[in-house]
Amino acid sequence: MTDDSRRTGLYDLHVALGARMVPFAGWAMPVQYPTGVMAEHLHTRARAGLFDVSHMGQVLVTPQGGDMAQAALALESLIPADVLGLPQGRQRYGLFTNDQGGIGDDLMFANRGDHFLLVVNAACADKDIAHLQTLEGVTVTPVTDRGLLALQGPQAAGVLARLVPATADMRFMDSQIHVWDGVELWMSRSGYTGEDGFEISVPAADLRRFAQALLDQPEVAPIGLGARDSLRLEAGMPLYGHDMDATVTPAQAALGWSIPKVRRSGGARAGGFPGADAILAELAEGPASVRRGLRPEGRAPIREGVAIFADAEGGEPVGHVSSGGFGPSVNGPVAMACLPTGLPDGATVHAELRGKRIPVAITPLPFITPSYKR
Amino acid sequence: MLKYTEDHEWLRAEGDEIVVGITAHASEQLGDVVFIELPEEGREVSAGDEVVVIESVKAASDIAAPVAGVITAVNSALADAPGGVNDDPLAAWFFRIKPADGTSLDGFMDDAAYQALIG
Repeated sequence: MTDDSRRTGLYDLHVALGARMVPFAGWAMPVQYPTGVMAEHLHTRARAGLFDVSHMGQVLVTPQGGDMAQAALALESLIPADVLGLPQGRQRYGLFTNDQGGIGDDLMFANRGDHFLLVVNAACADKDIAHLQTLEGVTVTPVTDRGLLALQGPQAAGVLARLVPATADMRFMDSQIHVWDGVELWMSRSGYTGEDGFEISVPAADLRRFAQALLDQPEVAPIGLGARDSLRLEAGMPLYGHDMDATVTPAQAALGWSIPKVRRSGGARAGGFPGADAILAELAEGPASVRRGLRPEGRAPIREGVAIFADAEGGEPVGHVSSGGFGPSVNGPVAMACLPTGLPDGATVHAELRGKRIPVAITPLPFITPSYKR
Repeated sequence: MLKYTEDHEWLRAEGDEIVVGITAHASEQLGDVVFIELPEEGREVSAGDEVVVIESVKAASDIAAPVAGVITAVNSALADAPGGVNDDPLAAWFFRIKPADGTSLDGFMDDAAYQALIG
């Protein structure tokens, strides 16, 4: 562990729980606990897993004149989403785009009445904040005095209802403030696992105490970044820097669904975000390649960078695996890759692994059935 | 008595063959093993040849032949249930090799030396 890695407020707790700590996006983070990735993954799908995601960037965007519509429009100049139409107490998924039509980051944004709360990727946070600070008429405030937890799994809601009864009424993508033992919790019903669950921003001073209160519940186990990755992969969720980056467009990343009609060509607020011309034209015409799900034959995982070929022999690669590994719930290897459009679900392509080509079935995403509380 | 390689393999001489597996330390570092590719029986190998592929939830790694020789047997039951490597690494043998130059394991680490290595 390098000494210059930043530590979350739960560092000592992770170490006490026996976590293996690794550097991740400049932070010292738990990759797994003694039970291991497989058990942690399956525990989250069956019960409730607690994740420390305090490395992620939390940012408040507040209209200087108090007019939320004006702040929404400012955010829409960076994010091709319907920010203006987002009701108070609700959260949406969106993208920062760049002038080339690529993706600068992905994020969650919530309307909290008199400001927006954004949650961005750790590795992109500084860049995103600098980007947001170019907006006029809004105050951009990085939240540096709170940690972020995720409680995910079919028993997450029951656990939280015990500690914070008012959470029982929250629906998928609700964003609400609740109080636990005098502590203000910023909660959303969302996550990165394909399971029902919550993401909870907690004041730094109370982070360990609240995390411990969750871990004291019999359903809850701590879960590391290793299982977080296999859970999101099975859920078909892209990871920034892997399945998408500054060179991948929203349509190629299969994230066109996050760009609603109102921001597309012919919509009331069409365009007006970086790369709009290229992004909207590609959404209208369809991309030449698009992120797909892959299930290799057998049990050998195909990991990031593995070349995908159309045929069992010869030819040039038609794409490369952007994320791949073993899916504990699928009980087999799963992967994603950007492949030429037109290949139907069920079509066979081939992955070159250690000099041999393995048949791989193109499979609809997600690999598991999500269980969000809509 | 077991001997050890720097690649975290354990070696056990049995008759004119050597049985090869990986240590508990290696199995912990790998994490949950999900796939094992074993060599073909009868394959002639040089010392250091990569003969086994192990895929865990985290990464792919190899097991090298500790000596030159012929692979005489592989543990295909382990390939069918790769989690056995995590459950009991000392029982989870991968292959047997008949060395080309005798079965002496004198050049390999004993338990004390291996424990010092992983310290």
